Amino acid sequence: MDSSMECTLKSETGFDLLELSGEVDLHFSPKLREKILGSLKIGNPLLIDMENVSYIDSSGIASLVEGFQTAKSSKLAYGLLNISPTALQVLTLTRLDKIFNLFSSTEQFKQQL
Amino acid sequence: MSDAGTSNTPGSNAISIRDLVVDYGPRRILSDVDLDIPMGQIMVIMGQSGAGKTTLLRCMLGLKKPTSGSINILGTDIATAKQRDINKVRKQIGVAFQGGALFSSMSVAENIQLALREHTNLDEKTIEIMTRIKLDMVNMLAAENLMPAELSGGMTKRAALARAIIMDPKLLFFDEPSAGLDPSTAADLDQLIITLKNTMRMTIIVVTHELDSIFKIADHIAVVSAGRILATGTPQEITASTDPEIQGMLKRKPRETIIDTDAHLARLVGGQA
Repeated sequence: MDSSMECTLKSETGFDLLELSGEVDLHFSPKLREKILGSLKIGNPLLIDMENVSYIDSSGIASLVEGFQTAKSSKLAYGLLNISPTALQVLTLTRLDKIFNLFSSTEQFKQQL
Repeated sequence: MSDAGTSNTPGSNAISIRDLVVDYGPRRILSDVDLDIPMGQIMVIMGQSGAGKTTLLRCMLGLKKPTSGSINILGTDIATAKQRDINKVRKQIGVAFQGGALFSSMSVAENIQLALREHTNLDEKTIEIMTRIKLDMVNMLAAENLMPAELSGGMTKRAALARAIIMDPKLLFFDEPSAGLDPSTAADLDQLIITLKNTMRMTIIVVTHELDSIFKIADHIAVVSAGRILATGTPQEITASTDPEIQGMLKRKPRETIIDTDAHLARLVGGQA
């Protein structure tokens, strides 16, 4: 089964923006984890744009959760932007929709900084 | 022979079986079975004990080589494929066995993590979080450190389900999910199966004869009888069937009502009646 994920980290003013697209599965979640933890390790607040994520499995969710925990203990802002209905369903099933900070615009996230 | 679906898109077939025949020695267990299972839907395989349901399940899991015919699963004909290709298909399949089949010497969490440790290079933290996500999905988070012997029947089935879905399989096989459970626990499990289909994009094949469960969860039903597919259809189509054997199953009539006298006599006394 072919699957693909694009993962681009952009440096914005005051925070990092990680743009994801495609399918986040067992093959690509290690790359996602590396990008998330790498950005947080530098000490940058992180916003993850998930608008173009068509599918995310539990290994991808686990990477998001680990990022959330790391950001929290480092007192860094961390959020998910424009989460797709498909990805939201998975978060809802695991009750993580109540834990993550979900944003519908970059401006909304900036107000948290 | 029709083309089996090879993509992972809705509308294609996750499984396509053609002309399947299985013999055990001189006994024919499955005869000329044709079956399509659409991607992303729940197919319930129902039938009485001894009808051939388990053999059909074993064939789909690649555990039993058919005598003839094709079994196309996610684009691979596992009836003729090399073992290496069958193993690739198996990594996309989760199975929850009737008895749970948990390893008694491992905790619930260790049982669930086993496939991730065997088949992936994920780091320890990711494995831990994935395990807890799956335990939470089946409402078993508090039981992660328990041993299988400490679990009730319902908990064992839920732990087996968590293990079956740990790799986010494209196909989930569930053998008799409701058997031996009280109605409330069985209803919870049915709802969980529907939720998994809707949120995890899984194609789910459930083998059961529990009527309440069948009509709650099934998008499609295949009725197996005497080694053949007697009928396939939506729950509404199966309910509307005029076939006396299907109506017998639905009304739980004793199977003797449709008995073939000569064949039954031959079975009882041996040889030809």
